[in-house]
Amino acid sequence: MTATTAPSAHRALPTGQRSRERSPGATLFLVLLWASLLVAFATLVTLLVSTVVEAGDRLGPTLLTEYPSSRPEEAGARPAVLGSLWVIGTTAVLSVPLGIAAAVHLEEFADRHSRVNRLLELNIQNLSAIPSIIYGMLAIGTLSLIGVQNKNIVIGGALALALLILPVIIISTREALRAVPREQRQASLALGATELQTTWRVTLPAAVPGISTGTILALSRALGEAAPLLLLGALVFISFDPNGLLSGFTTMPIQIFGWTNSPQAGFRELAAAASVLLVVILLAMNALAIIIRNRSQRRW
Amino acid sequence: MTATQDLRSGPAAQGRSGLRADRALSQVRPRRGETAVRLLLRAAAALSVLITAGIVVSLLVPAIGFFQQVPVVEFLTGTRWAPQFADPSFGVLPLVTATAWTTAIALTVAVPCGLGAAAYLAEYARPRVRQVLKPVLELLAGVPTVVFGFFALSFVGPALRDRLGIDVGTFSILAAGLVMGVMIIPTVASLSEDAMSAVPNALREASAALGSNRMQTTLRVVFPAALSGIVAAVVLGISRAIGETMIVAIAAGARPQMVTDPTMEGATMTGFIARMALGDSRVGSLEYDTLFAVGLLLFLLTFVVNLISIRRVHRFRQEY
Repeated sequence: MTATTAPSAHRALPTGQRSRERSPGATLFLVLLWASLLVAFATLVTLLVSTVVEAGDRLGPTLLTEYPSSRPEEAGARPAVLGSLWVIGTTAVLSVPLGIAAAVHLEEFADRHSRVNRLLELNIQNLSAIPSIIYGMLAIGTLSLIGVQNKNIVIGGALALALLILPVIIISTREALRAVPREQRQASLALGATELQTTWRVTLPAAVPGISTGTILALSRALGEAAPLLLLGALVFISFDPNGLLSGFTTMPIQIFGWTNSPQAGFRELAAAASVLLVVILLAMNALAIIIRNRSQRRW
Repeated sequence: MTATQDLRSGPAAQGRSGLRADRALSQVRPRRGETAVRLLLRAAAALSVLITAGIVVSLLVPAIGFFQQVPVVEFLTGTRWAPQFADPSFGVLPLVTATAWTTAIALTVAVPCGLGAAAYLAEYARPRVRQVLKPVLELLAGVPTVVFGFFALSFVGPALRDRLGIDVGTFSILAAGLVMGVMIIPTVASLSEDAMSAVPNALREASAALGSNRMQTTLRVVFPAALSGIVAAVVLGISRAIGETMIVAIAAGARPQMVTDPTMEGATMTGFIARMALGDSRVGSLEYDTLFAVGLLLFLLTFVVNLISIRRVHRFRQEY
């Protein structure tokens, strides 16, 4: 989706007829194009500004150090921040190795012409576009199948999110592997390395920037996701630090959702403050991914 | 794009995976450990099938329980959705109309803006400008939907009411749909920009040689040539709009009613599932099973839409 494969040569195209290029119709068209970009950027800026304004003086260290409370002036999001860390950490451990392994199989070893593999690819593409809330239903289905009574546990949430982002990791890793030139593999094979040695020592290291870009984007998506966790019952009042895989949890998006639902204005402010915190973290992760991608656009 | 990259993605290399194409070069017999690793990799890839099967089973089993008590026809054609009332009714149409409205509103924002942004980035922007604008546009996709929902509730709704004088309540389909549209802009823009950039330069040059200006080239040459990819982008946007949960759960309201007017509040399919999950319905009860019936409908809808989109992408990739 974010592949940057634009040939830019046509921009050097000489535009001999300046007058036609500047005709009223053409100018209006260009203004419309600008306007459509402006909608996106103006909304982004308005969203950030209005949320910061609404958050007011709640943006402070108490947001990170205090536990939720029925009195908004004392409440903070400490368990939610820690819960997010636990859940995302576990999600990464579950999904990243699996996703990379699957991508390596599909890209390096699988026969792309076989019907089975084509179906596999179709399936992964489809999974990446299934609504996230469906993954919550999958998680509660799976957990009740293995007889777990209390579904609001870190490992349950991580399971739902890991399955949700697995297709995204697979697709972006495949793109990264595909960008490694064949000559690199051929050189390695010519030196007598086996196919697996080639993959492990040549192809994968060369694809690391692309893989990490995709992984960071996928994890940031998981970090901002609330819908699947709602189904697991993560919207509860938690006044302790989560401390393990079987511990109860809440996460920042869920906490924001909970506060958004409260009629008291104080909780609205808290929701805004937590939103600012979450957006800053996510934008930082996105920016990091974009920087890695731009830095690593290596010409072979 | 350098020459080597073009070579690599040329027709000879396409359709064969990286190593497989070079297998003739490898004279080494596979080692024992390697077979095991290969099997592990294959198992990881096969897991995706297991996930799909898991989704289908975990939705289907409770949904079958539901449909044993509520006829499918009643579910699909009923116009009253009240599963929790003493006098329950299970017509899913109120949820479907609300979803259709939010999706339609979202698309009227996302499609023109997304295509406009894509056309600017692919046809007009200098490489420098593009390098800045595209990542900023992608940042929009990084904002969590909970925050978009909060924005719709606390800013867009009041702004519609106070600034534009539109008679909306605290919750409205309109505010939720508009914000959802902005959320989908990057999806539509990114995919259709890829499609437009994939249009060969020769077509643009030919158009310019005939005396067209950039607008004419964009509208009459690039746009039709990239149409298949653009349709795929729009269809993927539809899929995301149908499945989006948090924005509608926060800003669209929770009252299931047949939506005839976007200023009304309404419960979408996803909104209902989210709200229902907050309640404490007993596992195995009819109430609980309704979740999965609606979930199954949602899954089937997005599944069909996704397949259309994936088909389209494949087709447009083959053209060039």
